[in-house]
Amino acid sequence: MTLDVRARIQRYIRIAVGSDINDEDDIFELGLVDSLFALELVTFVESEFGVVAEKEDLDICNFCSIAALVAFVEARCQNDEDAGRTWTSD
Amino acid sequence: MDIRLTDSQRAYRETARQFTARELAPWAARIDREGVTPPSVLNVIRGCGFLGAALPQDKGGGGIDEVSYGILTEEVGRVCSSTRSLMTVHNMSAQAIARFGDHEQQERWLPDLCSGRKVVAFALSEPEVGSAADAIETKATSDGNAFRVSGTKKWITYGLIADLFVVFAKLEGAPIALVVDRDSEGLRIEPVTDIFGVRGSMLAQLHFDEVRVRKERQLGRVGMGIRFVANVALDHGRFSVAWGSTGIIQACLDACVAYSEQRRQAGRRLKDFQLIRRQLANMLVDHTASRALCYRSACLRQRRAPQATMETSLAKYHASMAAIRAATNAVHMHGANGCSGEYPVDRYLRDATVSGIVEGTHEIHQLALASYALRRPYLD
Ligand SMILES: Cc1cc2nc3c(=O)[nH]c(=O)nc-3n(C[C@H](O)[C@H](O)[C@H](O)COP(=O)(O)OP(=O)(O)OC[C@H]3O[C@@H](n4cnc5c(N)ncnc54)[C@H](O)[C@@H]3O)c2cc1C
Repeated sequence: MTLDVRARIQRYIRIAVGSDINDEDDIFELGLVDSLFALELVTFVESEFGVVAEKEDLDICNFCSIAALVAFVEARCQNDEDAGRTWTSD
Repeated sequence: MDIRLTDSQRAYRETARQFTARELAPWAARIDREGVTPPSVLNVIRGCGFLGAALPQDKGGGGIDEVSYGILTEEVGRVCSSTRSLMTVHNMSAQAIARFGDHEQQERWLPDLCSGRKVVAFALSEPEVGSAADAIETKATSDGNAFRVSGTKKWITYGLIADLFVVFAKLEGAPIALVVDRDSEGLRIEPVTDIFGVRGSMLAQLHFDEVRVRKERQLGRVGMGIRFVANVALDHGRFSVAWGSTGIIQACLDACVAYSEQRRQAGRRLKDFQLIRRQLANMLVDHTASRALCYRSACLRQRRAPQATMETSLAKYHASMAAIRAATNAVHMHGANGCSGEYPVDRYLRDATVSGIVEGTHEIHQLALASYALRRPYLD
């Protein structure tokens, strides 16, 4: 699952920023994307991984790098599994 | 993309058309001329369900789909941009509360906002801060279980009548969003008069002097006030302005078709001059293209597609530019009559101009869309 999540997030982000970036790079700090991209990322993880970003999740720390997004999606999926919800990746 | 309306969307459009023809059209010119929306019209808008049409059903809203909401906004925008702007700011601010409010906040505010018993306005801009919203100067300081807010907000649509404001301030440099009551101590509200377009939108300047706002009125997290709360609201606002601008183009086309059929010069009706026909054709193209972009944006929003935010920006940018173009040509086609206030086209031009400034100016959308252009082909 981790590999799949990471690969899909890497692909999306790399297409968006148009360059080869490291997983830890903060795409907002580096000025690679504008502020509207944060909203796009929320919808991306929700639609791509079937997770729901709750109000308390809407913190830029969860969306600022590939690594942060992977951690966020995995944590959310884990929560959903713990709560007995099914998770579909597509 | 299939943009055929469903039966219920078609019925909704018909209801909206009948309502605007009956309740708004007789007032639109006067609202513009006098620079105020009369209480009777405000009451009708508050009571008809439009303000809460797109808000969550479980809180008393209409919960209508994105296309239906767009159609409603287009129909209102076709008749009266001032009242359309009330729907815009109320919906975008209430949507921010629905998205970022906790259970208690939603229960406290949303039922009244859904029913129209209360109106909420959006207070981001300041005398010295517009496009670069990150630079807001309004400050919040922590004071026990409350914040103290000081600063000035300007150009607040329907700020003169709003019961609540979603206000953006900085707490130790980090943007926060707060829901503030109109009657808060230390909040002074004064009119901004003689605005160029959407003249009936009862703009206000808000002066906050150490206004005490309880911490339980904060929406979202500290630091996320602009990036998430304001941006989510503005995204809803852009969707609305895009449809409203499409309505203005339709109004221009309607006015020009009627005028060119009736007005004669050199023994011929205007509509028989080829250069006039070219203008009608261009307006039709502008309207069709704007509406198609609005539908596209609505469909993407409905299925929560990642590119919906940027496609909404695209629709807003195109439709507001096209509305200015259509309205400029409509004034020209009406000759001196177009400049006289006797016909509605000068109002359309002034209203369209404002659509090109609010929820991001043309230039701000160009910047965002240029970035999008550089990656869009891969995402589609
Ligand atoms: C009728 C009306 C209603 C409004 N209602 C509200 C409301 O309800 N709530 C609210 O918060 N605000 C409201 N506003 C304010 C509106 O959001 C701002 O006017 C808008 O964001 C632009 O800001 P500004 O006017 O300060 O222009 P500025 O930001 O000063 O821009 C001036 C010019 O410079 C250009 N410019 C700015 N930055 C750049 C850049 N980086 N690159 C290139 N060009 C740039 C702009 O495009 C513009 O042409 C309203 C305004 C009007 C006219």
